[in-house]
Amino acid sequence: MKIAEDVVSGLSALDRPNSYIGRSVPRPNLERLTQGRGQYVSDVVLPRMVHVAYLRSPHAHARIKNIETSRVKSAPGVVAVVTGAELAKVITPWIGVLTHLKGIKSAPQHAIAVDRACWQGEAVCAVVARSRAEAEDACALIEVEYEPLPAVTDAETALDRATPVIHPELGDNLTFERTLVAGDPDQGFADSDEVVEATFVFGRHTGVTNEPRAIVADFNPGERRLTVYQGTQAPHMMQNLFAKHLGLEEHEVRVLTKDVGGSFGIKVHTYADEMATAALAKLLKRPVKFVADRFESFITDIHARDHRVRAKIGVKKDGTITAFEIDDLTGIGPYSVYPRTSGIEANQVVNLVGGPYTCPNYRALARVVFQNKNVMCQYRAVGHPIATAVTEGLIELAAARVGMDVVELRRRNLIADDAYPAVGAAGIKFEKLSHHASLDKILAMMDYQKLRTEQGELRARGIYRGIGFASFIEVTNPSAAFYGVGGARISSQDGATLRLDATGAVFVHSGATEQGQGAESVLAQCVATSFGVPLERVRVITGDTDHTPYGGGTWASRAAGIGGEAAWQAGKALRASVLAAAASILQADPKALDIRAGIVVDADTGRERMPLEEVARVVYFRPDTLPPGFQAEFVVTRHYVPRAWPFAFTNGVQASYLEVDTKTGLIRLLKHWCVEDCGTVINPQLVDEQLRGGIVQGIGAALYEHCLYDEAGQLLNGNLMDYLLPMANEMPDIEVGHVVTPTADSELGAKGAGEAGTAGAPASVMNALNDALRPLNAAPLLDMPFTPQRVLKALRRI
Amino acid sequence: MSARHLDISMRVNGEAVSARVEARKTLVDFLRDDLSLTGTHVGCEHGVCGACTVRFDGEAVRSCLLLAVQCDGAEVETIEGLADSGEIADLQAAFARRNALQCGYCTPGMLIGAHELLASGTVPSRTVIREHISGNYCRCTGYQAIVDAIQQVAQARAAVK
Repeated sequence: MKIAEDVVSGLSALDRPNSYIGRSVPRPNLERLTQGRGQYVSDVVLPRMVHVAYLRSPHAHARIKNIETSRVKSAPGVVAVVTGAELAKVITPWIGVLTHLKGIKSAPQHAIAVDRACWQGEAVCAVVARSRAEAEDACALIEVEYEPLPAVTDAETALDRATPVIHPELGDNLTFERTLVAGDPDQGFADSDEVVEATFVFGRHTGVTNEPRAIVADFNPGERRLTVYQGTQAPHMMQNLFAKHLGLEEHEVRVLTKDVGGSFGIKVHTYADEMATAALAKLLKRPVKFVADRFESFITDIHARDHRVRAKIGVKKDGTITAFEIDDLTGIGPYSVYPRTSGIEANQVVNLVGGPYTCPNYRALARVVFQNKNVMCQYRAVGHPIATAVTEGLIELAAARVGMDVVELRRRNLIADDAYPAVGAAGIKFEKLSHHASLDKILAMMDYQKLRTEQGELRARGIYRGIGFASFIEVTNPSAAFYGVGGARISSQDGATLRLDATGAVFVHSGATEQGQGAESVLAQCVATSFGVPLERVRVITGDTDHTPYGGGTWASRAAGIGGEAAWQAGKALRASVLAAAASILQADPKALDIRAGIVVDADTGRERMPLEEVARVVYFRPDTLPPGFQAEFVVTRHYVPRAWPFAFTNGVQASYLEVDTKTGLIRLLKHWCVEDCGTVINPQLVDEQLRGGIVQGIGAALYEHCLYDEAGQLLNGNLMDYLLPMANEMPDIEVGHVVTPTADSELGAKGAGEAGTAGAPASVMNALNDALRPLNAAPLLDMPFTPQRVLKALRRI
Repeated sequence: MSARHLDISMRVNGEAVSARVEARKTLVDFLRDDLSLTGTHVGCEHGVCGACTVRFDGEAVRSCLLLAVQCDGAEVETIEGLADSGEIADLQAAFARRNALQCGYCTPGMLIGAHELLASGTVPSRTVIREHISGNYCRCTGYQAIVDAIQQVAQARAAVK
């Protein structure tokens, strides 16, 4: 196998002979994907399958007075037409709250709206037909009588007394509120020489997975079995929820996840239309398929961000930060999304602001309010882009105020690399981070001083370039502290079951899932190394609740750190089992043997004793030749969950270099750098590409992506012509470097890397933009996305 | 034959195909639903994302913007045909080696777009590569790996000549 790029592993414990840890081996599933042989849910076709289309509310808020469907039933191809009230007999509603988010509240949400639609896009009726086209044709024949209700759209006024309450039984439009006071913020501000205040705005955007959400649900009453093909990040979570709300036992539900055309947090939630599709399958006793089209995706895929943060920082003339304060307001649509809730992002913002720095004085208020817009929930890097942009934006504004270089101000305040373990102002615990080493590395990579010189020279010629940084921290490898303690049946542990086959190859069944990050490759690398076989002898199976160990799936940058450790430990356990059998055959001491490259060898000399294939042949086909009483076990399972730390925090720093055309307001990204510390790097190429993809996703948020609503709650740009996405020609090349600080919580030492890019990119681009415009006395741009119009306004040109 | 349906014949991946199709059916739906060629993907259905890119009489086109009936008499090639013939084997290998795909959903369209760019035999600059694939949306990679892979193939092809 070709090794594309090698780096030396930072961990001696992992230095097994023929180790794949730290090597850029290609992913096993790439070849078939390049051949058009993927198996996405949108490709799934089953016998007797029918298609559902949903009629969706055109109003942001309206009472449904009547639904007339008589013309629909005789339309060509129509199998069934089902209203919310009818479907409610098959599926129960849900409420998106968790007990550890104290006081969070939401209203029951139905699979299809009953009596009232609460956002533009909420499904009000389903039509099932032989084809999707026929189902959509028939939707046009449904007559719905709506009574429009006042729409609550502005988060700023959602809590005003004059604003209607969306769910009267809840008393107000407040979903969740959290306050935090750490240290003595008042004294901190009093001790400062300068206080910088700023208001940051983060526009609503969404995931825009290239494959829209898709589900095929099949109910077979003959065996009382619901089989769901779903592009989801968390199959076991969905198994629980389908069972719970459809009156089934969990073992009566099987969730299958094959190829997923992008997820990014979009596909880790419960969607009403997907739950409705499963309910329709149960009702109709046959497979029902739903694939969201792009317009539906824009009005029903969870939206993200939409925060307004008033923030301030106190700083002394010598650069010492004396206090942080934030007031965060976020609007999350009419329901807190089930089961992870829509309170987590604001909670994360409170946790993470100021996180890289030593300042102990911190005051935070976060309020989450209901609105009549599409629902909002966790999306890649949950809360981090907001907390990082607020913190790092304040840092660079403060540096400008006290006349200090932005790097120097960071150096004076970042938690020292030898100060760990440490606790952040919000109480978050850091095992070991490397802010200063990361900063040193990125400065060398970008040749910072030279870049500053170049910037100054160009300014003299009327060319405005900016350099911006963002130090950041990132939550990965979550323990039960994230969801389990709050009562959600979302597993924080994960497992791997290994089976030696009769020819010496290994099957790995893992609860982690693959959406393109390369989880299957990482799992194979862990097993191949710890068991001792060539990578080609490992086959990984994920995404099947019937056959994989119970686990959480892939989210919160957990697949490599948690799923990988379980696989690593399972490989060790299988090695011990196989060596016990080999020792029995060879009349040897198992401790004196090892498995290397698929061969049982003497551990001290490496002398070959017998191939795995021969051990397997004896155990499976000639067990009669083994000593009496010896039973070989060639299936092993190991599980892992982080226990010593609630989260494995990672850290890093990003830098952006860009040029602003002051006549057009257009921003040209020249270069982007990232140094990241995710502990042990199992596959450098995969980590780097996670970072690059995440960075571009963050750049999209900073410069282009925005779900624009009018005052009536109508989405104005729900298509790919009007909603701007980062495309190849606008994106810079991105240079990635690493500092390696393994976590001691696992033997592998790997932390997550999937979200760090998205966490830091918006902040670094924002800071570079403001750095570019500073000599023009432009008002700081703190309102994402930074469109040409906003740039020109800041320059007072329009 | 009703007004809503038309009979068409075309060659798809070198095989002769005759079918009666709804006049409103797009080429991508015809390829996926009628011919089970699911390697061509549906991303936006309004011609922006490029996931449905196929070759139509030798030219890379959006199959969501063409009706199947417009393809009567045409030669259509999808990722399955290009993969089986070995025509883009070097591009596929470069994409895999460089991890120029993650979820893989954009990949068939991206490969067909890249193949069109490289057909001229020149070695395009990174800027030209970026511009050429800027009609193909990829959410996963950030594009750099794709640009690298295409550039490597262009250089390798030029070196052989």
